[in-house]
Amino acid sequence: MQLTINGTSHEIDIEPDTPLLWVLRDEIGLTGTKYGCGVAQCGACTVHVDGEAQRSCQLQIGDLEGAEVTTIEGVGTPEKLSVVQQAWIDHQVAQCGYCQSGQVMQATALLNENDSPTDDDIDEVMSGNLCRCGTYPRIRAAIHDAAAKIKGA
Amino acid sequence: MGRAKTIARRTFLIGSAAIAGGVAFGIYKVKTPHQNPLASSLGTGEATFNPFVKITPEAITLITPHADIGQGVVHMQAALIAEELDVEFGQFETDFGAPDPAYWNTALAAEAVPFAAFDEGFGAETMRSVMGGVAKLMGIMGTGGSSSVPDQYEKLRTAGAVARETLKLAASQQTGVAVDALKTANGAVQLPDGTSLAYVDLAEAASGLEPVSDITLRDPSTWRLIGKPMARKDIPAKSTGTQSYGIDLNVDGMVYASTRVNPRRAPMNGYEANGADTMPGVSAIVPVTNGVAVIANSTWRAMNAANQIEFDWAPAPYPAEQDGHWEEVAASFTEERLDKEWRADGDVESALDGAEVIEVEYRAGYVAHQPLEPLGAIVRADEDGAEVWAGHQLPRFLQQKVAAIVGCAAENVIYHNQYSGGSFGHRLEFDNITLATEIAVQMRGTPVKLTLSREEDFVTDYPRQIGMSRSRGMVKDGKVESWSLDIATVSAARSQSGRLGVPVPGPDTQIAAGAWAMAYGIPNLRVRAYAVPELAPTSSWRSVGASTAGFFAESALDELIHAAGADQMEERLRLCNNAVHRKVLEAAAEMSNWGSAMGANQGRGVALVESFGVPVAEVVEVTNTDAGIKIDRVYVAADVGRVIDPVNFENLVQGGVIWALGHAINSEITYSDGMAEQINYYDAEGMRMYQTPEIIVKGLENADKIRGIGEPPVPAGPPALANAIFAATGQRIREMPFNKHIDFV
Ligand code: FES
Ligand code: FES
Repeated sequence: MQLTINGTSHEIDIEPDTPLLWVLRDEIGLTGTKYGCGVAQCGACTVHVDGEAQRSCQLQIGDLEGAEVTTIEGVGTPEKLSVVQQAWIDHQVAQCGYCQSGQVMQATALLNENDSPTDDDIDEVMSGNLCRCGTYPRIRAAIHDAAAKIKGA
Repeated sequence: MGRAKTIARRTFLIGSAAIAGGVAFGIYKVKTPHQNPLASSLGTGEATFNPFVKITPEAITLITPHADIGQGVVHMQAALIAEELDVEFGQFETDFGAPDPAYWNTALAAEAVPFAAFDEGFGAETMRSVMGGVAKLMGIMGTGGSSSVPDQYEKLRTAGAVARETLKLAASQQTGVAVDALKTANGAVQLPDGTSLAYVDLAEAASGLEPVSDITLRDPSTWRLIGKPMARKDIPAKSTGTQSYGIDLNVDGMVYASTRVNPRRAPMNGYEANGADTMPGVSAIVPVTNGVAVIANSTWRAMNAANQIEFDWAPAPYPAEQDGHWEEVAASFTEERLDKEWRADGDVESALDGAEVIEVEYRAGYVAHQPLEPLGAIVRADEDGAEVWAGHQLPRFLQQKVAAIVGCAAENVIYHNQYSGGSFGHRLEFDNITLATEIAVQMRGTPVKLTLSREEDFVTDYPRQIGMSRSRGMVKDGKVESWSLDIATVSAARSQSGRLGVPVPGPDTQIAAGAWAMAYGIPNLRVRAYAVPELAPTSSWRSVGASTAGFFAESALDELIHAAGADQMEERLRLCNNAVHRKVLEAAAEMSNWGSAMGANQGRGVALVESFGVPVAEVVEVTNTDAGIKIDRVYVAADVGRVIDPVNFENLVQGGVIWALGHAINSEITYSDGMAEQINYYDAEGMRMYQTPEIIVKGLENADKIRGIGEPPVPAGPPALANAIFAATGQRIREMPFNKHIDFV
């Protein structure tokens, strides 16, 4: 089967019930997308599929024929940061950082839809992403800041 | 200034060594029983041996031996060296260094001594230095107990200063300019005429010199880095998915493994493969202690197959049902189980005799650690050694554990510490390491990557201690007059050190930590700790004993103050008998505008708990909504002596409060049929974004000693919240997790 990951087309030959998460990590070698719970509870595995934030641990590869997948590696790099990633650095969000790929992907999807999210909007969209280190106050601030930058741009 | 000099001279022997065209600087205790690792590196030419500062013609490397479990300690350690060395972030690399006794942690052992951290009397100081010696002998090199900052504060600055002065000497010899006329900045020695000599170009010359040991640590007023907001160097990688954790590593030729072991912590009687062995990619099912490992060609295939297997597990060595655990705890307030009477001011028995006694009982259940990166490890066992890649807090013990299984000397275990996706105490345990090693010795030469599924991680986690408290108190004339606080918990320290093979001498300092040393002068005050015999095995959980004892103490005190009819803040301030603690309380009162009017459904609660030497006062504000309690705001004041990085400090304090409150409201581990009933985050969520209050933080610097901040923000959170709920609703919550008794939104 074929799907596009970060703009590159991939032919994948694997059991169709394999979660996208593990295809990304073990087959393609894109390890920025994290395994945290495997059951849609933590959001560490969040990627964009056809522009929408999805839990990659819940998507079977067999259902993704032709899909466009964007992972954390596809939204920006240390050399070329996305606005959201820059805000994450400006606000010194990360502690252990393990949840942050998923947080950035979820926040990016939120800001793609809504460039002026309220605190309630943030609660609604971001509450599925666990951060065991408790960086939520900084995530909130970084999202507001990124929103302001996106609007100002 | 004079003092710093004396310390450097008396306490440290300064060493340096030539290494492959460069120079390495380390510092060692004068009477060290350990080999000077730099000296031995001379012979072998090992460029990556044990210095804190290593300079070669190519690069400057700072060694940061404390494990980074999210607390930013790599950055902190580098900043301490860089402050004195005059290098900037970006000009050097960091490395965890190989495990070596020279990196002993003096501060960690100091906390094992049974004196209040704030007790600076002669006895306490002597005992602390004796225990420090013990840690040195054991070469613990551990990260935990918020000990990284106290351990490294002076050592690393000294290492940086020695390197700087030696490089200046090298420059002076090379140019003929007097050392006094030289300056350093930006990784270079600067001559009076403006010429810059880069450290990397001086490395070779410096390697031939006796290191300069007559150094003076800089006055804090001149610091460029310490105390100023810093930008952690790991954060760009952690914001772009490019930080590699243990779970992300790939070692050539590795196979993937997932384990299932008896969640009842007992042997496996047998299993039915159920086709797991013939699933795609699966190469073997191999035995491990109390269970099996599935070996496959991907993590997913290994986990998936492991879930197909049906097991016959032997029964648990502890009560199968949770009620049995509570019964044992409740039965532990006896003479035989008295671990220690920690505090006996006045005469509490006589005072309570015949008085109107306020009696309350509190409970705190088991709680899992569950950092977001599940445990795992990569291990390759060779014929006479092994190589290990994993994030861990006790590297020296890790080497011993692996060596015992491989059948080799501990020195032959090459260990690569990794950035960890959190720990909270979980990475002080070894099961992931030993299981991976057990698999690896069955296929020597092949690297094995073990990754636990979240479910497996939950059921094999060693949770926080379970415990109860019984409080009896008496108030008089609007004041708290007499109070007896008895605390009974299992001993996480003994459980943990039993697995470590290092018995803890004397009483367990953690059972009543955060309670017995409370900075309150109550005329009759007694605190006793009772040790519940081992039930389900337990371990250190962020802030350890104070996470339960602090809740017991500050909630029960709240009840007494309420009974006295006094204001919660005023009475605590009146009772407070330590100037540093008082300032912390006063700061929290001021920040929260304590006493100002609140809405009808709102309430405010306060708690003051000392944890690992750091007094922390928290004020929590809640609203009682139709749907449940909303935590609105938390004000935190903490005194760590000196704040190294105010940004990271705030982040860690906020995270600590979120950790504390999230678990206090909704998380526990309970046992049924001998197994943990909670197997994934839906059973024990912790806090999520929508529940997160605004958290306002203030760091104070009145204490003499510098302390870490990883754990201290935790213990005061739950009692401050419970006290706020009482203020808002009139309902006392006497058991964690609180959602057993009240709803939260
Ligand atoms: S791993 Fe997918 S939501 Fe947790
Ligand atoms: S930063 Fe550690 S889990 Fe979020």
